[in-house]
Amino acid sequence: MISAPKQQWKNVNNKVIFRSMKVLKIATAGSVDDGKSTLIGRLLYDTKSLTDDKLEAIEKTSKQKGYDYLDFSLATDGLVAEREQGITIDVAHIYFSTATKSYIIADTPGHVEYTRNMVTGASTSQAAIILIDARKGVIEQTNRHFFINNLLRVKDVIVAINKMDLVDFSEETYNKIKADFEELMGKRDYQEQKITFIPVSALKGDNVVNHSENTPWYSGQTLLEHLEELNLDDIYNTGTPRFPVQYVVRPKTDAFHDFRGFAGKVYGGELSVGDEVVVLPSMTRSKIKNIYFYDTAYQTAPRRSSVTITLEDEVNVSRGDMLVKVGDLPTIDKQLTATVSWMDSDNMTTGGKYVIQHGINKVLAKVDAIEHKINPDYSGIEENVTALQMNDIAKVHLKLNRPLFYDKFKDHRTNGSFIIIDSRTNNTAGVGFIS
Amino acid sequence: MSTFIEEIQKPEIEALRDRPNANALEHEAIYIIREVAAQFEKPVLLFSGGKDSITLVRLAQKAFWPAKIPFPLMHIDTGHNFPETIEFRDRLAEELGVELIVRNVQDSIDQGKVVEETGKYASRNMLQTTTLLDAIEEFKFDACIGGARRDEEKARAKERIFSVRDDFGQWDEKNQRPELFDMLNGEIEIGQNVRVFPISNWTELDVWSYIQKENIEIPSIYFAHKRNVFLRDGLIWSAEDDVVFRAEEEAVEEQMVRFRTVGDMSCTAAVASHADTIEKVVAEIRESKISERGARIDDKRSEAAMEKRKQQGYF
Repeated sequence: MISAPKQQWKNVNNKVIFRSMKVLKIATAGSVDDGKSTLIGRLLYDTKSLTDDKLEAIEKTSKQKGYDYLDFSLATDGLVAEREQGITIDVAHIYFSTATKSYIIADTPGHVEYTRNMVTGASTSQAAIILIDARKGVIEQTNRHFFINNLLRVKDVIVAINKMDLVDFSEETYNKIKADFEELMGKRDYQEQKITFIPVSALKGDNVVNHSENTPWYSGQTLLEHLEELNLDDIYNTGTPRFPVQYVVRPKTDAFHDFRGFAGKVYGGELSVGDEVVVLPSMTRSKIKNIYFYDTAYQTAPRRSSVTITLEDEVNVSRGDMLVKVGDLPTIDKQLTATVSWMDSDNMTTGGKYVIQHGINKVLAKVDAIEHKINPDYSGIEENVTALQMNDIAKVHLKLNRPLFYDKFKDHRTNGSFIIIDSRTNNTAGVGFIS
Repeated sequence: MSTFIEEIQKPEIEALRDRPNANALEHEAIYIIREVAAQFEKPVLLFSGGKDSITLVRLAQKAFWPAKIPFPLMHIDTGHNFPETIEFRDRLAEELGVELIVRNVQDSIDQGKVVEETGKYASRNMLQTTTLLDAIEEFKFDACIGGARRDEEKARAKERIFSVRDDFGQWDEKNQRPELFDMLNGEIEIGQNVRVFPISNWTELDVWSYIQKENIEIPSIYFAHKRNVFLRDGLIWSAEDDVVFRAEEEAVEEQMVRFRTVGDMSCTAAVASHADTIEKVVAEIRESKISERGARIDDKRSEAAMEKRKQQGYF
C-alpha cells in the first residue's frame, strides 16, 4: 500500500518557470539498509519529480518482487550488479528541482570499503544527509560518515533519523540517538559545521517533504524545507580570490590580433577590473584590464565563474600559473603536509613517487613520511605506519619537484586540496587536504 | 527567485555590465571544455545535430571566444538521420568555421564490419559504435566530447565527467576514477581515450531553458509540425521515411507531432504536441510526465540495455 502524502507540497515543478540556476549539491551517507535510496526516491516522489514511465517501472518491479509498498530505491540503483545485490556500489547522481533551487544528490554507498566514494561525493557537495536507522542508533558507520563530512568541511549536515515508523515514532528513541550523535560532535575538528536532526520515515514519507502527524513532538522543519531554506551564498566556502589559468586564448585574427586572454575559473572570492594582481610563480605584477564572459565585458568576475581575463601589461602567463591579488599571496613551497584519503588498490608507501594535481597544476611528489594514520571514526591515531591501503586516512608529508601555490584546506576548499595520480596506472589514487 | 528573466529585462545602459550570470551549470561546463582543450592533444566534439550537442557547441564557443573552437566536430551518420538535422549540421559548421568530420555507418556495413539488423525494431543505433571506434582510431582522437547527461538514464547517472575508455572503447563501470572537487584527471595511455561529458549535471529542462535563453537555433523537427505517422506499442512513429519499418496493417494518419530527441529515425518516436515555439516546448517539457528516453525504443529492450551498450563502447 502506498501512503498518500498528507499535505501536498505545492511549491514544486508546476510553478518552475525555468529550472533555477541556484544549484545545491548534496551528498548522502548511510549504512547498508539505512534506506538512502528509499529516501531519495521519496524526495523525488513527493516533489512530483518522477515521470510516469519511471513510476510505472518502479510499480512493476515492486510488484514482481512481491512488495506491498513502492520500492523507491529502484529509482536510483542503476547498475545491474546493484540491482542483483540490492545495494548501491558507486556514486550515482540524481536530479530534481523546486521553485527555488535545482538539487543534485550524490548517492554514495555506505559500506566500510567504499570510503573513497563517500569522500568523492562529499568533495563536490555543499550539504550532506547522514542517515541513521532508528532501530540501530549511532553505529560505527555513523562515526565514519560524520568524520568524513567534517573532514571535507561540508557546511550543512542533516542527520536524518530514519525508519521512525519501525520504532513507533518514539520521541525517546529520537532523543537518545540525537544525544549519542551530539557526543560525537564534541570531537569534530570543524566546529562551525551546522548540524540539524530530523526524524523521518522515508518509506512512509514522514517529515521528508511533508510534515508528519506521527511526530507531534517534533516542531522542526521537514528535510525538504530545510534544504529549501539554505542560502547558497552562505553555504559555499569562501576565501581569498584565486585564479588558476586554464588556457591562454590567442585568436590571432585581424580583429583580435594582439588579444591574449587568460581563461579560467575564479575560486574563493571575486576579481574586478582594475585589481592589482601578481602572477605566480613569476611574481610579475599587473592590473586586470578586462573581464570577459563570452563576448561581453564585465566589471566583476564572481566566485566560480568561468571567465577570460586580460592584463594591462604584456606578461608571460601560461597554463598552471595563478593570478592572485597583491598582498594576498598563498603559501609558495616545495613541500606540504596534508591529510590524505587513499583510494587505490595499490598501497601508498613512504618514499613512493606520484603526480600531484593541485587544481589544474601538476607537479611530481615524493612521500617523505607518513606521520600517522587517522582512524576515521574518532577512535584516535595509529603511528609507525609505512603504507596506506585503500580507504585509509593519514597525515602525510610530501616533497615536490616544483613549488605549488597553495592555501590551507580550512581556509580555501579549492586551493587547499589536490589529487594524487599514480603515474604507472594514471589512476586517481588519493586526495589530499592541506594542513 | 533569480531567473534570467530579470536579467533580460534589465536595461543595458551601463557600458560595462556588472557581472556575468550565475548559471552554475554553464560555468562548470565551460571549465570542463577548457580542460579538454588544455589536457588533450586531439580532442573532438561528437556532434549529432541534436539539442544536447548544439548546446555543447555554444558552450565551446563561449569557452574560447574570441578564438575559434580549437577542435573539430564529428558526426557519426547512421544514414537514418532526419534530413532537417543534416542540413542544420552542415550550416552550423560552416558558420562557425570549424572542421566537420562525417563518418558513415553505411560504410561500416559495406565493409562487412557490422551486419544490419532486420525486423520490426531494426535500428542502426548499435552499429554506430563500430563506426565511432574506427573513426577514433583513424584520427587518433584522445578525447571525445559528448552531450550525454546523467539524468537521461540510470546507468548514465554513474558516469564520470572524464570517462576513460580502453582500446576497445569499453567502459569499466566498476573501476572508474574518482572525481574530486573540480579536478579532472585526463592522464591516459596510448590507445586509451576519454569520453568527456560537460553537461553531465544538466537536466533536459536545463538544456531547453538554455536554448531559449541563448536564443540558439535548433532543427525544425523539435517543434510541432504536421506529419504522417502510425501508432505502434503506444508510440508514434514517422511514416514519412522508409527506414522506419511499418507493417501493412499499421494505418497512417496525419498528426501534429514533434520529436524530443533526434537520434536514428528508426528508433526515435514522436510525441503528440502543439508546441511550435521554444516557449511552448519549454512549457511542455516542464509539465511532461514521460521521461525523454521514454520515446527511445532502444532503451526499452531491457532494463539493463543502456549499461550493456555502454560497456561495448556506445556513447
